Amino acid sequence: MENRLTVSSSPHIRGRESISDTMLDVILALMPAAFASVFFFGQRALAVILVSVASCVGFEVLYELAAKKKITVSDYSAVVTGMLLAYTLPVTTPYPMVIIGAFVAIVIAKQLFGGLGQNFMNPALAGRAFLLAAFPTHITNWASGRVGIFETDAVTSATPLSTEFHGEMPSLLNAFLGRMNDGGAMGGSLGETCAAALLLGGVYLLIRRVINLRIPLAYILTVAAMSFIPGKNPALQGQPLLAVLTGGVMLGAIFMATDYATSPTTKWGQINYGIGCGAITSVIRLFGGYPEGVTYAIMLMNVLTPLLDRWTKPRVFGAVKEAKAK
Amino acid sequence: MPKLTFKGGVHPKDNKEHTCMKEIRELEQPEFLVFPLSQHIGAPCAPLVKKGDRVYRGTKIADSPAFVSAPIHSSVSGTVTAIEPRPVPNGQTVDSIIVQNDFTDELDPSIKPLDYKSVKPDDIPALVREAGVVGMGGATFPTHVKLSPPPDKKIDTVIVNGAECEPYLTSDHRVMLETPEELVLGLKIILYRFGITNGHIAIEENKPDAISLLEGQCAKEGITVDTLKKKYPQGGEKQLIYAVTRRKVPLGGLPADVGVVVVNVDTCTAIARCFMYGLPLTRRIVTLVGGAIADPCNYRVRIGTPVDYIIEKAGGFAVEPKKVIMGGPIMGQAQFRLDVPIIKGSSAILCLTEKEAQLPEEGSCFRCGRCVEHCPMGLMPLYISKFSRMEDYESCEKYNITACIECGCCSFECPAKRHLVQDIRRGKQEVMGIIRARQAAQKEVK
Repeated sequence: MENRLTVSSSPHIRGRESISDTMLDVILALMPAAFASVFFFGQRALAVILVSVASCVGFEVLYELAAKKKITVSDYSAVVTGMLLAYTLPVTTPYPMVIIGAFVAIVIAKQLFGGLGQNFMNPALAGRAFLLAAFPTHITNWASGRVGIFETDAVTSATPLSTEFHGEMPSLLNAFLGRMNDGGAMGGSLGETCAAALLLGGVYLLIRRVINLRIPLAYILTVAAMSFIPGKNPALQGQPLLAVLTGGVMLGAIFMATDYATSPTTKWGQINYGIGCGAITSVIRLFGGYPEGVTYAIMLMNVLTPLLDRWTKPRVFGAVKEAKAK
Repeated sequence: MPKLTFKGGVHPKDNKEHTCMKEIRELEQPEFLVFPLSQHIGAPCAPLVKKGDRVYRGTKIADSPAFVSAPIHSSVSGTVTAIEPRPVPNGQTVDSIIVQNDFTDELDPSIKPLDYKSVKPDDIPALVREAGVVGMGGATFPTHVKLSPPPDKKIDTVIVNGAECEPYLTSDHRVMLETPEELVLGLKIILYRFGITNGHIAIEENKPDAISLLEGQCAKEGITVDTLKKKYPQGGEKQLIYAVTRRKVPLGGLPADVGVVVVNVDTCTAIARCFMYGLPLTRRIVTLVGGAIADPCNYRVRIGTPVDYIIEKAGGFAVEPKKVIMGGPIMGQAQFRLDVPIIKGSSAILCLTEKEAQLPEEGSCFRCGRCVEHCPMGLMPLYISKFSRMEDYESCEKYNITACIECGCCSFECPAKRHLVQDIRRGKQEVMGIIRARQAAQKEVK
């Protein structure tokens, strides 16, 4: 009988939470934004999301098969990446481009660096950044209404963040809901439009303790504060709420910047990271060549993450003497 | 009043309902008892008896001249039949004295009660050492060493650790309920030794019966009963001291550095018994529990009783166990054989069924940071474990690997089910070795 006893290192019990539970929570939290995108942009929004998710999962399986690695799609992280990638794209993005973006996200940004947790850059944002560089006109083509599954040319409008935007700024309530004052969709990527839906998901993630407030709050407050700086777009100056509710700040602050693998693990690291994301976003918005800066801001801060962790190591319990010596 | 606690930690299901309402049972004595010569932290003992010697209950059978060590006493009367290597709960094989029980339970003639007030405070530690008392919460640090701090460390607070934060364990809980007078006397003896009055009994909130009972007992003695928040590792020495006194034991320091002595509940009653009855440490309370156990309960067990004998006498297994753990499920040691004896630090025998013993497969770290958030020592387990796996011990040391108390919160909380504390434990051994070598080299230079 002795030989049948299992011997292992302690602890002998573990908490229930697993990676897939966390990912399922994120997927659930992303759902309201998916509904909002279909409401504003029509069936094609759903199609883009499905194509993106299917390609991300597909590329993950194909890569892992080719590399003879364990198939890890059951952790649902590829589904999350697929949803996030789709959310950063205009609804009119041609499907082949979505697939290319998924390839860059999963194979190049994630798997080539070792898979889940090893990537130094948010895969969805890497995918979007690649598409933005490769197909700039398609990726900044903002529809203002619903689009059919196989339509690619729709009535378009500039985003309120753009200097080419000359219309009436949406009221705060409309900006919160994601629409212009005439009821059309606020120009933007399909997942970023409706701040209300994103906030709903964010609250769910906070309650489930999947994320904490540090990164999103630091990010949002920084963007709001920096909206008072005069920049290239005088219509937006001194409008902190509008600055936060338009563009990709909500999507970025709640779902992109909080990506575990590419954000710091320490309290002060997270706060500084959030501030950094907000500052770079605002600098690009105020002085840069692009109307929006969320993607590059988060990607730049992703690269700083290991350093932030190292600079903000928590104080070890009882290490009072050491701190004084410094 | 807000409940006392510390920063970090985890909330495992406590599983104490199986045994916490049942009275401690007396376990029958076995025919053969095994007394390993090292049951404590510090120098191993040398036998004082030889094969064929007659011993009584309470006869000292092994001792060491070293200060950090504690003598070992026979827990039954009988005859020494052998001194030979035997397996012990930590997986090693240790020279052990085997005693054949004659079932007369005759006491050693030297044993007689002693009024602690007739002893000079400075002589208390020597008597505690003579009784073989060590920390019975599992660490088995010789208690007299705690009672003899260097003269420059002024002790002003004594805390009895009744947190019992590990799931399943209820032995301390039962002791507090059934022999509160022994507990209070033990604490009074320690306070008397230091000439102070600031005594605390700190208990987790999930033992309200023990709290109210002891509050009644302590009111007239001037001893404080503290209610602690239910959180693991609330009973960790540094966490407990912080919760009760708000003092932080300095890194690499001892509780005495902040003027505190902490003793475990059963240790405290052992000190009381060595004066009340003159009895050395020869028995302890063991929680026998787990899904595989037919009739879980706490037992009063003679030290040296083999584990398989206890299980058999206590009603055996309900189902075949998949894992048998000495101690609690978070810090206990898994056993590969059941003929090991109960030693001074064995607080529980936890027998898990196949389902309970199942551990999830390890995934890859996705840097969620939960280990950092929950670490009660303020460490970054994800990095330390990675450095340890890479054998980068220099970085391990920079990230304060030696401050790890191996509580296992990081592994418990990790959604990727990484073996964090296992990696860190291994790395810590290596780093401690490197530090010792460095210190030795520095000494040579001087």
